Amino acid sequence: MTANPAQNIDTKDKIVKQATGSKALLDALIQEGVKTIFGYPGGAIMPVYDALYDYNDQLEHILVRHEQGAIHAAQGFARVSGKTGVVFATSGPGATNLVTGLADAMIDSTPVVCITGQVFAHLLGTDAFQETDVINITTPVTKWSYQVTNAEEIPHVIAKAFYIASTGRPGPVVIDITKNAQLQIFDYQGYEKCLHIRSYKPKPEVRHAYIEEAAKVINEAKRPFVIYGQGVILGNAEQEFRAFIEKGNFPSAWTILGMGAVPTDHELSVGMLGMHGNYGPNLLTNECDVLIAVGMRFDDRVTGRLDKYAKQAKIIHLDIDPAEIDKNVKSTVAIWGDCKETLPLLTNLIQKNENKDWLQKFKDCSIKETEKVIFPEQNPTSEILTMAEVLKYINEITHGDAIIVTDVGQHQMVACRYAQLNKTRSNITSGGLGTMGFALPAAIGAKYGAPERQVIAIIGDGGFQMTLQELGTIMQANVNVKIIILNNQFLGMVRQWQELFHHNRYSFVNITSPDYVKLASAYNIDAKKVDKRAELKSTLKDILSHDNPFVLEVMVGKENNVFPMVPQGRGVSEIILSKEEL
Amino acid sequence: MKKEYTITVYTENQIGLINKIAIIFTRRKINIESLNTSPSEVEGIHRFTIVINETEDVVRKLSRQIEKLLDVLKVDFNTDEEIIWQEMALYKVAADVITEKVKVERLLREQGARAVVIRKDFIIFECTGQREEINNLIKTLEPYGLLEFVRSARIAIIKKSDGFHNKVKDFEYRVPSEALVENEFLDQNEGIFSM
Repeated sequence: MTANPAQNIDTKDKIVKQATGSKALLDALIQEGVKTIFGYPGGAIMPVYDALYDYNDQLEHILVRHEQGAIHAAQGFARVSGKTGVVFATSGPGATNLVTGLADAMIDSTPVVCITGQVFAHLLGTDAFQETDVINITTPVTKWSYQVTNAEEIPHVIAKAFYIASTGRPGPVVIDITKNAQLQIFDYQGYEKCLHIRSYKPKPEVRHAYIEEAAKVINEAKRPFVIYGQGVILGNAEQEFRAFIEKGNFPSAWTILGMGAVPTDHELSVGMLGMHGNYGPNLLTNECDVLIAVGMRFDDRVTGRLDKYAKQAKIIHLDIDPAEIDKNVKSTVAIWGDCKETLPLLTNLIQKNENKDWLQKFKDCSIKETEKVIFPEQNPTSEILTMAEVLKYINEITHGDAIIVTDVGQHQMVACRYAQLNKTRSNITSGGLGTMGFALPAAIGAKYGAPERQVIAIIGDGGFQMTLQELGTIMQANVNVKIIILNNQFLGMVRQWQELFHHNRYSFVNITSPDYVKLASAYNIDAKKVDKRAELKSTLKDILSHDNPFVLEVMVGKENNVFPMVPQGRGVSEIILSKEEL
Repeated sequence: MKKEYTITVYTENQIGLINKIAIIFTRRKINIESLNTSPSEVEGIHRFTIVINETEDVVRKLSRQIEKLLDVLKVDFNTDEEIIWQEMALYKVAADVITEKVKVERLLREQGARAVVIRKDFIIFECTGQREEINNLIKTLEPYGLLEFVRSARIAIIKKSDGFHNKVKDFEYRVPSEALVENEFLDQNEGIFSM
C-alpha cells in the first residue's frame, strides 16, 4: 500500500490545512523522525490506524501479539538506536498491558512515547466500554502522562512528549488521546518541535566549583575506583568516559546497564558490580579511598547493605538527575549535570596516575575468581552443559560484536558476567525492574534499531514462556533475531535462592516447557535443540550465520548456581565464590 | 530527628498535578499533615504548601523528587522557625449557651477571634493563627458544646524569600531555545533555597 500524497499534510510551507487529529499525530511522528512504530490496533485507536493506512510509505508499523510486546520492542529499539521508541495501543486493556513496560522503561531511563486511544471525551468517567483511567494508572511509572481531548492540542503535546522522553534523564511518556480528538477536523498550522518547557529542567547547570573540588579529592586518592552506569551511554559520553579513566588509570567496573560503555576487555575494565558481579569490584569497593560513580544510581542490587557499603571512601557522584544525588549513598562531592559535559572538565583537572599496585589487586581478585568460578564454569568437566560455555562460544563466534538481549534470571546474570561486548548499546536487558518476558520482544525492537547488527536473544525457559507469542511477530515480519533458550527446567534464580536460603524447599519453580522446536516450527521459524557439547559450538556457528530467525534450545545443568554472589542482607565485601562459603 | 517541615511547591496549573505530588508521599508511606493549594501571585502558577513530620534527609529527598515532576517549577522546604505561617479555623456553637454563659466580648478579645455569623440558633467564630492559638479557642468553647469545628491547611511565607514572582517572570521571558540555567539555588544551602 502506498500513501496518497494528496492526503498528507505539508507542514514546511506552514499552509493552514484541515486535518484530523489522527493525521496531525502521524505527521508529528514523521516530523520527529519516527520510522518504526510497534503497536496493536483496537476500537479506541482505530482512527489513528485508519490514517496510518495512508502513511505506509513513511511509517513502518510492526504488529505485535500483545501490547507488552510492543513496549518492550520499543524499549529494545530505543536502547540500541538511541532514538525514542514509539508505541500505539488502544484504550482499556490495550493501555493497561503497557504498564509493565512503562515501569521497566521508567526505571531503566528508556525514551518511549506511547500513544493510547481513549474513549470519546463525553464518555470519560462513565465506565464506558474499554475505558480505564490511563493517566492515573500510568502516572507513577511515566516521566509524563497527558490526556488529549481536543485535536488542536495534538501537535504541541506530541512535540512536548518527544522532548520530555528524550532529554535529560530519558523516560517513558504516555499520551492518551480520546477518540473524538482523533476524529476531530481542525486547522492544522504545522508542526514545531519543542525545545523548551518552562517547568522542565533537562540538564542541571554545571558547577565548576564542584568539578574543582572533585578533582582535588581524586588527585589526593591512593586507591581511586570508578563505577559507571547507563548514564555514560545515555549521555553519549563513551569517549569522554574512556578519556577520563585512561588519564587516571582508574580501575573501572560497570553496572548491568553500563556494560559495554567501554569494551568489556578494556585493560581498565575490572568487571561487573552487584549481587552476581565480579569478585574484585565488589570486594574492593570496601577498600578504595575514593569511589567515583558516573551515571549510576547506587541500586540496592549494586550496594548490598548500605551500612556496609564503601564506608571508608569519599564518594564523588556524577549524575544528571538531582534526585539521585544522596538518595542512597551520601556523596562527598556531587557533580550534577550531563556527564558528556562534566567528564571532560574533570579529566582536564585530574593528574595522570599509574595506580599499579591498586590495579594489581583487581587482577589478583580476577585470577582467584577465574580459578574458582570462571574457568570451571566455562570449561566444565561433566557432560552437563553450562550457560557460561554457551556464552564462551558466542564470544568466540561473534568476537564481541553482537547485540546481546537478555531476559531476567540466572541466564541474564551469566550473560552479563561472561559476554564480551566491544560496542556500546550492545547489552539490552531489564535491569531495574527485572521483567521476565522482556527479551523476546526487546530483541525484535533491537533488530529494528540496528538492522545491520547481529541480535542474539538469550532467554531462560521461564521468561520465554511469558511472551513467546511474539514468535508470531518474528514470523510475520521475518525479524532476523537468533533466540537461544537456556533451558534448565527450573525458574533458575528463584530455585538458587530456595537452595541457598530456604533449605532446598523448591516451591513452584519446577517448570515444564513445550517442545520449542515444534513450537517454532508452528510459527515457521527454524529451530534446533542441543543437549550435547559436541554439537554446541558448530550449531551456534550455523545459526548465527543463518539468514533467517532461529530458535535454539540448549539444555543446561538443572541445578547450576550463579557465583560469585553477595547474599541479600550482606555487604559487598562479603561476596562469596561458592556455596560452601555461605 | 523528625520535626515539622513546610514544603512549598510552585507549579504549573495542571490537571492531576495534586495526584502526582501525592504519589511521591504515599509511595514512601509518609503522611501529609496539611496540604494547601491555591493560585500564587503569578498568573498560571500555583503554590502548594505541604506540612509533614519527617527528618531533614527524607524531606530533602522528597523535595528533589517533587521538583523532578514535569510541571513543578521549584520546591523549598523550611522548618517552622524559617517561615511565617497561619491556619484558619471556624467554630460553630449554640447561640443560647454562648449568650447565656460566656462573656463573648472578652472571649473574642482574649482569643483573637471574631464572630462571622450570629444567628438565633448558632454563632460561628473564626480564628486565624498558629496551632496553639486555634487549639486554645477549641478548649475554651468545648465546655459550652462545640457543635462543629473546621481548620484550614497551613499557608506559609518564607522569611528569607523575595518571593517567586521575579523568578517566574524570568522563566517566561527567556527565549525558548536558550540554554536553561538551573539549580541556581544550589550554592545557597544556608539560605532559603535548599534544593
